[in-house]
Amino acid sequence: MNSQPNYMANYLPILIQLGLALGLSGGILALSWLLGLHRRTRRKLAAYECGVEPVGDAQNRFAVRFYLVAIIFILFDIETVFLIPWAVVFRSLKLFGFFEMLVYMAIVLAGFFYIWRKGVLDWNTPERAE
Amino acid sequence: MHVPADYYLRILPELVLTATAVLIMLIEGGARLGSRAALSGTVALIGTAAALASVAVQSAHRGEAFSGMFRVDGFSLFFHGLIIAATLIVLLLSIGYLRAQRLQRGEFYALLLFATVGMCLMAGSVELIMVFIGLEISSICSYALCGFWRASARSSEAALKYLLLGSFATAFFLYGIALTYGASGSTNLYVIARSLSDVLAGHGSLILVAAALMFVGLAFKVSAAPFQVWTPDVYEGAPVAVTAFMSAGPKAATFAVFLRIFYVALGRYSHTWFWMIWVAAILSMCLGNLGALRQTNMKRMLAYSSIAHAGYVLVAFAALGEHGISAAMFYLACYVAMNLGAFAVISNLAQQNERFIDLHDYAGLGFRFPLQSVCLTICMLSLIGIPLTGGFLGKLFIFKAAFQNHLVGLAIVGLLNSALAAYYYLRVIAFLYMRPATVEVSQPQRSLSMNVAMVACAVGVLWLGIAPNSLLNFVVHSAGALTGR
Repeated sequence: MNSQPNYMANYLPILIQLGLALGLSGGILALSWLLGLHRRTRRKLAAYECGVEPVGDAQNRFAVRFYLVAIIFILFDIETVFLIPWAVVFRSLKLFGFFEMLVYMAIVLAGFFYIWRKGVLDWNTPERAE
Repeated sequence: MHVPADYYLRILPELVLTATAVLIMLIEGGARLGSRAALSGTVALIGTAAALASVAVQSAHRGEAFSGMFRVDGFSLFFHGLIIAATLIVLLLSIGYLRAQRLQRGEFYALLLFATVGMCLMAGSVELIMVFIGLEISSICSYALCGFWRASARSSEAALKYLLLGSFATAFFLYGIALTYGASGSTNLYVIARSLSDVLAGHGSLILVAAALMFVGLAFKVSAAPFQVWTPDVYEGAPVAVTAFMSAGPKAATFAVFLRIFYVALGRYSHTWFWMIWVAAILSMCLGNLGALRQTNMKRMLAYSSIAHAGYVLVAFAALGEHGISAAMFYLACYVAMNLGAFAVISNLAQQNERFIDLHDYAGLGFRFPLQSVCLTICMLSLIGIPLTGGFLGKLFIFKAAFQNHLVGLAIVGLLNSALAAYYYLRVIAFLYMRPATVEVSQPQRSLSMNVAMVACAVGVLWLGIAPNSLLNFVVHSAGALTGR
């Protein structure tokens, strides 16, 4: 299959697509810069925050819990994603698939139990000093 | 869908380790006991011992499992045994070490066991995707373990450095897998080997690039030059128990993957990748040993020494064929034993906050702490390669294999390096026995488990040096199985 002489020619459409994407986006940006008006007032150069007056700068310190929650969210999200292909072929997997998924869910639940008991889900408790 | 029970018996060590690790997490989350970490440590020890025993069950059920993704043969059995035994030693030494550092947390043991699961998967997989998953499981756990000493800035620095560089190297490895798949249409090592022999024409350069990318990823993990820069910093920053772990198990597992991929899948292309291995071997030996000469921090010194030892294994690697593989396997067993022994002593003497970690602290300890000093001396002698120790026989087989395959230059560089390395290993022994004490080193804590770890390693080193026949026979047989097809 890959011993064809014009193997790389298969990639030509992708190359064309890439050129189009670059040309279109670059062209539109260039046009708006060329044709648009440039009035650099202080208000125009300020960061846009949903129309509200900007308050301070963005370089604040965040509580590390935000990251923890985000990571846990992603983990459990991915774990549920595994359920979908399983549900699709559930019939052909028969009982075996069912028990395999039970084991998998048990491991996920063990992880859930762990983070729960460690107080990760509890937003109100003060962070323990290390 | 029918899955024979044999399949589960073939991955029994992995199953046992996973179950133990999950159990430890439940204990950590659940039990409201005062001595939670001690309980976790005991559970981890029992689980790992059970996993080691289940390698015997595994060996009674050789063959493939899960649509040819996993393979139990002599080669994978050897590495399963080696990796789990290394984890057992690390567990023994870390139980005492964590107590001394007041770092007792059950998560340590859970991470250690999960990492071991990953390494066992690496040792048994004949599927590039499975290899990659195993590599990731073990790497992610080691990143977290590196930063386990959270109060220490060095430990965090080590974890961050290892994470950033490690993920970068993993990306290289994954890219190599993708290109291999592109050239051969499969990720199964045996299928790759077959299809590459069919479509020999025109794909040489693609295979070369794929091999080079995978080489970068794997060479990073075994800390072979020129991808070794992270090693001294990470080894120095991580807690000693973790350093011991990283220098033993992951290295052996990665070499298992290294040998499998390059000999089984890309064996036909050995003329293209041979020079990479050759250059890396010379660079690792020279840079490792030259770097170690100037170090007085014991962890840093052993970090450079581990780079050099990766170089010796690469010499065996470059000596293509059965002799090379069996020499590499035997040397890895010796290396794990002697290195873990040295780290066990260091972690015992380090004490709280790793106060005594410098070579100068070791002056005059020889007669004060005889057990530690004798074990350290045996391991150092083995690292040099003195007869009657495993290190000697390991080096002998490696250089013999190199000579047999007409790699005279490589063998000579290796021998010169061994002579060079003798200086810094002997210096440790000289400090122990021939220098008056300059620092008041307090009595290290008595820990039965640490003593067991030290003695087991020292005995292992001597056993490998004096009565290696049974292991040698096994290694030669399993190396034959790897090249046999």
